[in-house]
Amino acid sequence: MAAEEHGEGLAFHPMDQFIVSPLFGDGEVGVFTITNATLWMALSVLAIALLFIVGTRGRAIVPTRIQSIAELAYGFIHKMVEDVAGKEALSFFPYIFTVFLFIVFSNFLGLLPMAFTPTSHIAVTAILAIGVFLTVTIVGFVKNGAGFLGLFWVSSAPLALRPVLALIEVISYFVRPVSHSIRLAGNMMAGHAVIKVFAAFAPLILISGIGVAVTPLSIVAITAMYGLEILVAFIQAYVFTILTCVYLKDALHPSH
Amino acid sequence: MEGSIVQMGAYIGAGLACMGMGGAAVGVGNVAGNFLSGALRNPSAAAGQTATLFIGIAFAEALGIFSFLVALLLMFAV
Repeated sequence: MAAEEHGEGLAFHPMDQFIVSPLFGDGEVGVFTITNATLWMALSVLAIALLFIVGTRGRAIVPTRIQSIAELAYGFIHKMVEDVAGKEALSFFPYIFTVFLFIVFSNFLGLLPMAFTPTSHIAVTAILAIGVFLTVTIVGFVKNGAGFLGLFWVSSAPLALRPVLALIEVISYFVRPVSHSIRLAGNMMAGHAVIKVFAAFAPLILISGIGVAVTPLSIVAITAMYGLEILVAFIQAYVFTILTCVYLKDALHPSH
Repeated sequence: MEGSIVQMGAYIGAGLACMGMGGAAVGVGNVAGNFLSGALRNPSAAAGQTATLFIGIAFAEALGIFSFLVALLLMFAV
């Protein structure tokens, strides 16, 4: 690896940015310790509250800029829930909108330099995904009773195949929260780690002659990855939300 | 000595796990390419299917992320 060739000047620590550390002092991280994760989650909640408090204050017919951003976000998710999960899923719109906003703001605030991305931690995204999973399961059983189990019984398949398919469906149902959470956390973590790896190559010009070629290349690569990360930050929030809608549709209409 | 062999195996495994990402790349490219060819045939129907496109991409990509996770687990957790 290049790090060994060039001595102590070049150090790769791409995963250090994900370390959860206490904000005040340096004791153990307990359940109620205020850490950098807590800070950035609180900041994203604060930013959401600010956007919607300021955005809905005027309620002007010709919206101000902040109001139109708030309206745009509201309309976007409202339409998504209605299109994907159906009209009766709109009673879950506040929950889905909250989840979307939290993820999108955490992702974007995490893109600030020196920031911490709460959504890059499986602990955070797993709680979101487990919340969705429990909601969907409970809603499914409350709305349909035992009929919800029809989700696993593919009635369009040949009778001999149905038990096998039922097993696969049950497994895929319980893998849902895993893939739901790991998709978001993995994407955020991978993107940030890639940026950090390129950032580790950038100061090579200070150490060796090869840096003349490598440094500009890595700076361009950081810029390109950053642009991609802005896209990914939004798309992953969108994907998390739209999958929530798809799961909710399964709960409301379990017939296969 | 024993520990270093285990670590070597873990590192080799982490590298091998990264091959899964190639599979995810093929899958995502397949989804997006087929969407594009369909969308160019019938552009008026394409706008309504972007949600399906993203769902398909997400499912294809999740498995690549799993391989990334396996690599991370081998590097840091084993």
